[in-house]
Amino acid sequence: MLRTEEMVLNLGPQHPSMHGVLRLVVKIDGEIIREIEPVVGYLHRGTEKLAEDLNYTQIIPYTDRLDYLSSMTNNYVVCHATETLMGLEIPEKAEYLRVIVMEMNRVASHLLWLGTFLLDVGALTPFLYCFRDREQILSMFNELCGARLTYNYMRVGGVKWDAPAGWLDKVKNFADYMINEIQNYHELISGNEIFLQRTKGIGVITKEMALSYSLSGANIRCTGIDWDLRKKQPYSVYDRFDFKVPLGKTGDLLDKYHCRMDEMVEAMKIVKQAVEGFPEGGATMGKVPRVLRVPEGEVYVGVESPRGELGCHIVSKGKDKPWRIKFRRPSFYNLQVAKELLVGQNIANLVAILGSIDIVLGEVDG
Amino acid sequence: MDWYIFVYPVILLAIVLVFVMYAIYFERKVIGWIQLRKGPTETGPKGLFQSAADVFKLLIKEDIIPSKADRPLFKLAPILAYVPAFSVLAVIPFTDAPYLKFSNVAVGLMYYLALSSITVMGVLLGGWASNNKYSLLGGMRAGAQMISYEIPLVLSVVGVVMSAGSLNLTEIVETQIAGAWNVFPQFLGFVVFIIAAIAELNRTPFDLPEAESELVAGYHTEYTGFRFAFFMLAEYTYVFAMASLITILFFGGWDAPFGLTFIPPLVWFILKFCCFVFLLFWLRATFPRLRGDQLMEFAWKGLLPLAIINIFVSALLKEVPFLSQYF
Repeated sequence: MLRTEEMVLNLGPQHPSMHGVLRLVVKIDGEIIREIEPVVGYLHRGTEKLAEDLNYTQIIPYTDRLDYLSSMTNNYVVCHATETLMGLEIPEKAEYLRVIVMEMNRVASHLLWLGTFLLDVGALTPFLYCFRDREQILSMFNELCGARLTYNYMRVGGVKWDAPAGWLDKVKNFADYMINEIQNYHELISGNEIFLQRTKGIGVITKEMALSYSLSGANIRCTGIDWDLRKKQPYSVYDRFDFKVPLGKTGDLLDKYHCRMDEMVEAMKIVKQAVEGFPEGGATMGKVPRVLRVPEGEVYVGVESPRGELGCHIVSKGKDKPWRIKFRRPSFYNLQVAKELLVGQNIANLVAILGSIDIVLGEVDG
Repeated sequence: MDWYIFVYPVILLAIVLVFVMYAIYFERKVIGWIQLRKGPTETGPKGLFQSAADVFKLLIKEDIIPSKADRPLFKLAPILAYVPAFSVLAVIPFTDAPYLKFSNVAVGLMYYLALSSITVMGVLLGGWASNNKYSLLGGMRAGAQMISYEIPLVLSVVGVVMSAGSLNLTEIVETQIAGAWNVFPQFLGFVVFIIAAIAELNRTPFDLPEAESELVAGYHTEYTGFRFAFFMLAEYTYVFAMASLITILFFGGWDAPFGLTFIPPLVWFILKFCCFVFLLFWLRATFPRLRGDQLMEFAWKGLLPLAIINIFVSALLKEVPFLSQYF
């Protein structure tokens, strides 16, 4: 027998498939991972602490930078928490615009996930197809609020800008196009033998694991647990739309892939319904005082971001600034399961499993 | 001894270098086309000078050797990878014209397969000598992969050799001109050969040794400048060599199909050759990557039995009265 030794390999913070600045210190035996230690915090900016010195409107652009792939949901959660605490009425038009942009953002985020996940598995081409479609969403957002990534679109009490003329038609056309396009993706990717071999039965999350690690989003739904805040704790106007929550069965990578693919279709269906039911008149901002003084109290709201349950907990002492604000950042919670999933796998699976969890380091590090 | 045996290798080297440059250009254009991009367009007309500019950049770059690297081995590795890649071209008959045959070796096929397996030493050494963990992993993967796939590769051509009764590549082509292209009677052998060949070339879906998303750049992570260029050159020279070999072994070399003999044999060779090169680039754009253990399983449990079955069936059919002319 040859004497073999374990080797410590430092993956990241600069590594092509770490999706940001995650660092993993792995101990490998050949290519099999024996121990793994994730190191986070390279992108920590102290958003929660900074927010204590900012008034509520000023916090919104900071949330853009948390999960920079779905800034719309981040905007929404902080506005929604503040509105709940203040008991504000939101105009219907603003709610519809919010739902449209949040669902489109979900598709943009999932498209990016799809591209990078397949890049992790070694397929180069889908990445560019995904970016082509994501680009359309971003340019529509650009038209709406002047930014492609950090939108700063929502305000406490409504949204900043009304949809420009013809924008809603574009959105509707895009939704039709995208539903069809996802079918094309299925034809190109879903049946590929190598792709199936790389994903079927790999990185299985059990129901118990999902619950004990407090997973959310596609990471819990792939195990078959029906948990979607849009259905379970309806916020905004989600209760008016007819959509399904795609569930997996086994909790492996393939199920997660199918969950996210189907979620995109469902999101586009919501967008279509929202555009059809879009209220003609009305304001985009509710009646909001010039200086937002939030009454003393505490509130927690959770919304379904593309990555899972995005929560915002605000403690107010009656000032124009929060006394304490805390975000429940889904990527951070979902990442914790990685340690249990990765031990015993090889390097190739590590990259695929990590990619499937779908983390955004801006959100993990806060 | 004629003077041209000294001149022709130089000409061949020049052809190979130009091929490498334009193969990279072609690859980028093909993949760009598949990926909704344009590929290189800026340098020169339609980006034709892009590869030349890239090579030039690599040559003038600083040559960095990591301080903890094993210097002699680190320098030796790219040479060890490239020299066999170029040497194997010596036995490839591009046409039937005598002036384009560099050496007509009686065991040409054996020479090719034997020399080409030296490259793995260079790759392994490069990975080891770099003193980088990613390089080491890449080198080990390359070693395991290339050695495993060598075996089905060699076994899959046994059928071809049996039908020609010779290891001489020229004779193999001449047998096909007289009979049928080997791709038809030796179809199973062809399938095994092409899969094993792609794995030998370390190209998608078998590009594990340089899997970017896992190992950064695999065994050549620490290489810069012209040493890196040598590794790349070896890779593309093998594409050139392997495409030639497949054309010769399975597609009748310079043989003109359908009696279209007015097209010169060399052009036929290039046409067939280009189809295979295109296939390689096409696969790269459309396939994900296999995992290491699946790769090994596929070689030993999938390809190896198939190659052996192919030998058995070929030998059997050689004895059948009517069919024996094709085997």
